Amino acid sequence: MQSKESWRGAFCSLAVVLVAWWLISWIIRLPIVPSPVDVFINIGQDFFTKMENHVLYSLGRIFGGIGLSIIIGVPLGYLMGTYERVNRLLSPLVYFTYPVPKLALLPVVMLLFGLGEASKLIMIVLIVVFQIIVSSRDAVVNIPPEIFRSLQSMGASRIQMLTEIILPATLPEVLTATRLALGTAVSILFFTETFGTEFGMGYFIMDAWLRVDYLDMYGGIVVLSLMGFLLFTLIDVAEKRLSPWR
Amino acid sequence: MDKIIEVRHLRKVFGNNEVLKDINFSVSKGEVVCIIGASGSGKSTLLRCLNLLEYPTSGEILFHGVNILEQKMSNAVYRTKLGMVFQQFNLFNNLSVLDNCMVGQIKVLKKDKESARKTAMKYLELVGMVQYINAKPDQISGGQKQRVAIARALSMEPEALLFDEPTSALDPELVGEVLKVMKDLARSGMTMLVVTHEMGFAREVANRVVFMDAGVIVEENVPEVIFNNPANERTREFLRRILDQ
Ligand SMILES: Nc1ncnc2c1ncn2[C@@H]1O[C@H](COP(=O)(O)OP(=O)(O)OP(=O)(O)O)[C@@H](O)[C@H]1O
Ligand SMILES: [Mg+2]
Repeated sequence: MQSKESWRGAFCSLAVVLVAWWLISWIIRLPIVPSPVDVFINIGQDFFTKMENHVLYSLGRIFGGIGLSIIIGVPLGYLMGTYERVNRLLSPLVYFTYPVPKLALLPVVMLLFGLGEASKLIMIVLIVVFQIIVSSRDAVVNIPPEIFRSLQSMGASRIQMLTEIILPATLPEVLTATRLALGTAVSILFFTETFGTEFGMGYFIMDAWLRVDYLDMYGGIVVLSLMGFLLFTLIDVAEKRLSPWR
Repeated sequence: MDKIIEVRHLRKVFGNNEVLKDINFSVSKGEVVCIIGASGSGKSTLLRCLNLLEYPTSGEILFHGVNILEQKMSNAVYRTKLGMVFQQFNLFNNLSVLDNCMVGQIKVLKKDKESARKTAMKYLELVGMVQYINAKPDQISGGQKQRVAIARALSMEPEALLFDEPTSALDPELVGEVLKVMKDLARSGMTMLVVTHEMGFAREVANRVVFMDAGVIVEENVPEVIFNNPANERTREFLRRILDQ
């Protein structure tokens, strides 16, 4: 979201979607497509009684998954970007696994790690971590070596090179990668939450579907979308804050 | 005279390329020494070795008579005593002009913000860049960047400044402003070791000129002798080529 204009764009498209939704519900007049007005009223009534817990679970998993990916991916990327030998060792691995549709690995992950929280986190990590590895590695590689020399020539330590040069130069890239991976991560989260748990928006939506409670189902979808949008915006704002030179 | 830096039998080998072969020379306090020589002769490598940005293969580097390669002094502390100015400026593009001159003082010398700011302003004033303290490096010209880089090096209050072709990346019309700052510095008594292709500057400012070729110091002398009556045929050949251009 760069400016007022992109905000206006976002609101316009939201309005278009809502109007279209309302028109369809008005034309069909069936419970499978409730009117958005009813859905939002329902959200207002249900959020703190029914949904809150599920939202928190889903958010926890997303933050946990992204956090783990950053903790694993950034140092690996830095090592690959700094040491040619590490890069030669690991980049084939990264590139072979990059294009594998991660959802296809879900059965394997569930076999190995069970149906619980571990599998859900691991699935998110599998999706996000490769982008983070690749982008933090490339960001390190793209720092001109002379910049290191000039700080080094002032007597800076290795740690200071990390905090003064590498972190500020790579963090925005890492956030961009995270933001780009977020959409897939949310879809995967939804999918994994339909197994082996009774908490999370995925469960909530599928459960509402089974109970034929379409108001709740649509409400869940709307809330999940809002969560995705909120995270996206949050990362976007952090990116802008951290990269004043772009 | 008080020798700040003395180099003895310095060698640097990259793979099987011997870039510096048995280099011996010294810089005394207040001296301006210019290093000239063809591309690839090892000038930058020598400067980087002095600052330990490259580690010498063998030999000694004495700082006030103490061999720093024996680790009597930490490399980081030693590096702060020699300022370095690079051909490509190497400013931190994410920081303002003022912050560029403060970051080293705060992070490395552990000075507080106020005194770091004072010192930075003093040297930015000296190089005539006070009006630009809030600008980012990509908003100023090459000559201005290099002046900031000089102020940044000076802000660490080093005992000597090393310059590696400080004007070679500049448009011709911007060379003058940087050379003027350097001349002022030289006159103020700063100890300087300058790798340069600016023969006019070397002739006018240097106390001594060192001519390097293929990793050895071929000849060193006062500028009058080097430029008017060099002893070595290779020096003569080099000067003829460069002055022809
Ligand atoms: N890091 C390095 N690894 C391998 N070889 C190097 C390295 N740095 C320099 N060299 C080699 O050392 C030789 C001398 O290079 P150096 O940069 O010191 O020359 P120079 O005199 O500064 O030349 P110029 O006037 O072009 O700057 C060159 O042949 C160069 O290829
Ligand atoms: Mg050079």
